[in-house]
Amino acid sequence: MTQLPATTQRKLGLVIDLDTCVGCHACVVSCKGWNTENYGAPLSDQNAYDGAASGTFLNRVHSYEVQPLATSEMPHPAAQLIHFPKSCLHCEDAPCVTVCPTGASYKRVEDGIVLVNESDCIGCGLCAWACPYGARELDAAEGVMKKCTLCVDRIYNENLPEVDRVPACVRTCPAGARHFGDFADPESHVSKLSAERGGMDLMPEQGTKPVNKYLPPRPKDQMDRAGEVDVLAPFLEPVVEEPRGFLGWLDKALERI
Amino acid sequence: MHPAPSVIVFTTLSGLGFGLLFFLGLGLPDVSGWVAFVFFAMGFGLAVGGLLASTFHLGHPERAIKAFSQWRSSWLSREGVAAVAALLVMGLYAALLIFLDVKLAPLGWIGAVLCLATVYATSMIYAQLSTVPRWKTALTPALLLSISLAGGALLAGQLALAKILLPIAAVIQVIWWVRGDTALKQSGTDMASATGLGNIGSVRAFEPPHTGTNYLLRELVFEVGRKHAVKLRAIALVLGFVLPVLLILIPFAHALALVAIVLHLMGIAASRWLFFAEAEHVVGLYYGKR
Repeated sequence: MTQLPATTQRKLGLVIDLDTCVGCHACVVSCKGWNTENYGAPLSDQNAYDGAASGTFLNRVHSYEVQPLATSEMPHPAAQLIHFPKSCLHCEDAPCVTVCPTGASYKRVEDGIVLVNESDCIGCGLCAWACPYGARELDAAEGVMKKCTLCVDRIYNENLPEVDRVPACVRTCPAGARHFGDFADPESHVSKLSAERGGMDLMPEQGTKPVNKYLPPRPKDQMDRAGEVDVLAPFLEPVVEEPRGFLGWLDKALERI
Repeated sequence: MHPAPSVIVFTTLSGLGFGLLFFLGLGLPDVSGWVAFVFFAMGFGLAVGGLLASTFHLGHPERAIKAFSQWRSSWLSREGVAAVAALLVMGLYAALLIFLDVKLAPLGWIGAVLCLATVYATSMIYAQLSTVPRWKTALTPALLLSISLAGGALLAGQLALAKILLPIAAVIQVIWWVRGDTALKQSGTDMASATGLGNIGSVRAFEPPHTGTNYLLRELVFEVGRKHAVKLRAIALVLGFVLPVLLILIPFAHALALVAIVLHLMGIAASRWLFFAEAEHVVGLYYGKR
């Protein structure tokens, strides 16, 4: 049924640390790998080996440049580069679920994971229209909607060693920028981390109540604050103002022309 | 949004078809026998043709029957249920009228209401989406319903009504465009809220996730043809509303009415193309495309 459950027993989701992410795309690759070989239809690529390659991904890493506003104290603030992994946020008020005409999209009562029953999906694409985050992609080969499953086939999989029972993106992240856990439990690792670091919702005004939280980048060092010149700076001033030797001759020769 | 031909054909034709069936259900014009057959055949042809066209954009059209199940939450499902109910009721009404010469007026009224309900459900598929601020307004159902009624009146030969309904639809169309042009800005969703990085400074998309395109960009971040939007709006207004009204103001002739209907359809198709092509989905913000 595509009506949303009033509450879910657990709220499984991710914390993504924008301060720590180095933009290596390892999560993108491990996600594509695991989800192509396991649950559901594979994530296909089209024209993989010519100039117009395109494919289905459940996790994509954007990069943004953020330019702080210049102030009198900071006339030339340095721009920051922030890598931004984005996958399904497993929203509490998931608009993608309620628009589904067939009941293929659903949110699980037991853990809050939003899933697609691929044998019921007619590939109308309306759920992708309803998602503000671009978390759903219609697979061009299978004609069904694909989305992050939170690696539902790993996290409960007793055939895997316990350390591997987390989503593939979390397991693979070399920077430790992704964390998996239960947000319904205030004592869980992810709840504490989110509370500590001010975990935020993406597009809160859309009213989707995302479960996944993003940790904002920590404040940067401000080396370029006006009047706060490094004590060693005087030693770095140019020793010779006028060029001498070969360069001096070249300078004079060019002046004469 | 990507203006898929199947969806443009569907909303244009089935909107007109259900508009015609609405008037036939009310007994306007009060027809029977072969004349009724021709009128109902047109109505069903347009409505069913449109519905069939809409299945072409499905990944799995063979499972379309499942789409009738989720009417409790899904406007798309409600549209399917309403469309089938409208076609069944109007089919029964038409069969009794044409073959048995029995006119069950209340059945026609129920059918007429179901026809309008179908168009309303279609419009709500778009109007419910917070992700497309241009569509997220009560003006969207008003627009689709007014166009459907105006076109239906024109096609049903109800020219006195069409003279009123066409200008009303034109006014709603213009208001819808004007409101739509600032809708994304008004919605409060921008790159700052999308990334949550706005309190550090101004956010610029530095690098997309992949060098190639993807489903999201093709389907939701359509940008082609925006530069012709003003011209297309003028074409839609003139063909869809102004010329048909002028043509039916001239003393009535069947040939002119036919021209008026063809022009109206072309104008509405242009308006419907813009409906999709101009609609900005907020996911484009993540790609710096808004």
